[in-house]
Amino acid sequence: MSALGLASQALEIVAALAAAPLLLGWVGQCRAWLQNRTAPGLLQPYRVLHKLFNKDSVLAANASPLFRTAPYVIFGCMTLACGIVPTLSTDLPLSPAADAIALVGLFALARVFAALAAMDVGTAFGSLGARREMLVGFLAEPALLMVFFTAALISNSTSLTSIVRTLSAQEIGIQPSLALAAVALIMVALAENARVPVDNPATHLELTMVHEALILEYSGRHLALIEWAAALKLFAYACIGMALFAPWGVAHAQSPAALLTAAPVLVAKLAATGFLLALLETLSAKMRIFRVPEFLGMAFMLAVIAMLVRLLLGAGAQ
Amino acid sequence: MTGLMQQFVNLFAALLLLLAFAMLAQRRILSLIHLYTLQGVVLVAATAVMGYATRQPHLYVSAGMTLALKVLLIPWLLHRVINRLNVRWDIEMLINVPTTLIAGIVLVIFAFYLAAPIADLAASIARGTLGIALACVLLSFMMMITRSKAVPQVIGFLAMENGLFFAATAATYGMPMVVELGIALDVLVGILILGVFLFQIREQFDSLDIRHLEKLKDD
Repeated sequence: MSALGLASQALEIVAALAAAPLLLGWVGQCRAWLQNRTAPGLLQPYRVLHKLFNKDSVLAANASPLFRTAPYVIFGCMTLACGIVPTLSTDLPLSPAADAIALVGLFALARVFAALAAMDVGTAFGSLGARREMLVGFLAEPALLMVFFTAALISNSTSLTSIVRTLSAQEIGIQPSLALAAVALIMVALAENARVPVDNPATHLELTMVHEALILEYSGRHLALIEWAAALKLFAYACIGMALFAPWGVAHAQSPAALLTAAPVLVAKLAATGFLLALLETLSAKMRIFRVPEFLGMAFMLAVIAMLVRLLLGAGAQ
Repeated sequence: MTGLMQQFVNLFAALLLLLAFAMLAQRRILSLIHLYTLQGVVLVAATAVMGYATRQPHLYVSAGMTLALKVLLIPWLLHRVINRLNVRWDIEMLINVPTTLIAGIVLVIFAFYLAAPIADLAASIARGTLGIALACVLLSFMMMITRSKAVPQVIGFLAMENGLFFAATAATYGMPMVVELGIALDVLVGILILGVFLFQIREQFDSLDIRHLEKLKDD
């Protein structure tokens, strides 16, 4: 473990923490542009976080300690997830701590805590949101795992840093399996981050909300942490997508110069990803909650086909 | 060069498999016909690429025939049929799409398992795609089984023929010209007869639901 490795690890986490709300703001901005609305400003998520951190947190009388610790656990999970996914450099001291499968586990841990905390106070909306969140989760997780397995099959490793290293070293060619996996990952990311076809992040309509119903009881700094964690989750998913399907521009060499060139590339890729997300959200309509299993079943099927196609055609392609 | 061609063939094969799954999950008849047309386009592209890679001019001929028949003529006939039957906007209630899709995945694994030993022996540039072609055939089979309306069943049958055609091209660079012409004619005549058949079913039962055919006599 080198000093530079530690530095790049720290830089990556700080960059994720700082840039995640910005990504959220950028997506909101693109969405507003595409829908002919006036955008609420790129820095709006920061203002919201600032406002929430300055407010008092109101707790229900019967809230258990779990309700109070859940935001910290969720925030910690998402920060660690952002630390594992290689965005700036593949020389990350944290990466041996958790591979792609453990990353899915981290997301699952955060989800379980969110669902438990939502049910903790005992309001109807909380349990409704928790149930829906679990409905989305139990279908999205296997699909995400399959996407990772496809990439792992290609690079013969489940460690995210070596996946990125192998994929970016590969010569550019048409890889049907990776294309299928990319579509599956986009579908999973839309569902997991409560974006439009599955959930509407801008609504408080009781019948449709998933994410908002989960966090209805939170306020003040707890809510701020959860919102920040949601932004980090979106950031992590964007980074996973870029790591698996556009791994170019990540620093491999142990030099500060490589890190410096990796940063603008990351910004450009994030901007493109955010725009793509806004475009997808604008083009699709919110679907009924009962159609969500179908949507995610499709994602799972795509990911499995990606893996199978890789198994069948892989030997011939190499 | 061959490497690039092989990648293209693999890409088209993966697209065919994807389209077969899309057809399995599609509820609207009109979208089914669009998907079938798209499958034809991919088939034409795959055949043409294979013809270019292997320098076999007769593959171009069969690509052209596929284009005329499966991209232009048959979709046009199908559009006419659904217009005349007035089922253009028909939506079919499917039993549990996720379950069907998972059954489809099992079929794909089965097909890949069957094709793997053959692919090891073959030397053609499309050897890996035989499993995909077989999977397409099986998926279309399943589509025919799970549908209860007549038009989607016909489309399933046609999609199955697409899969068989791709299997033949992948395994042996296409069948002899005479056989290919014969099959093309068969499909064309088949769709015409099925078209007439659809009108007859409709006239007899006032619906296109195949379940009516299970009763053998009036009671």
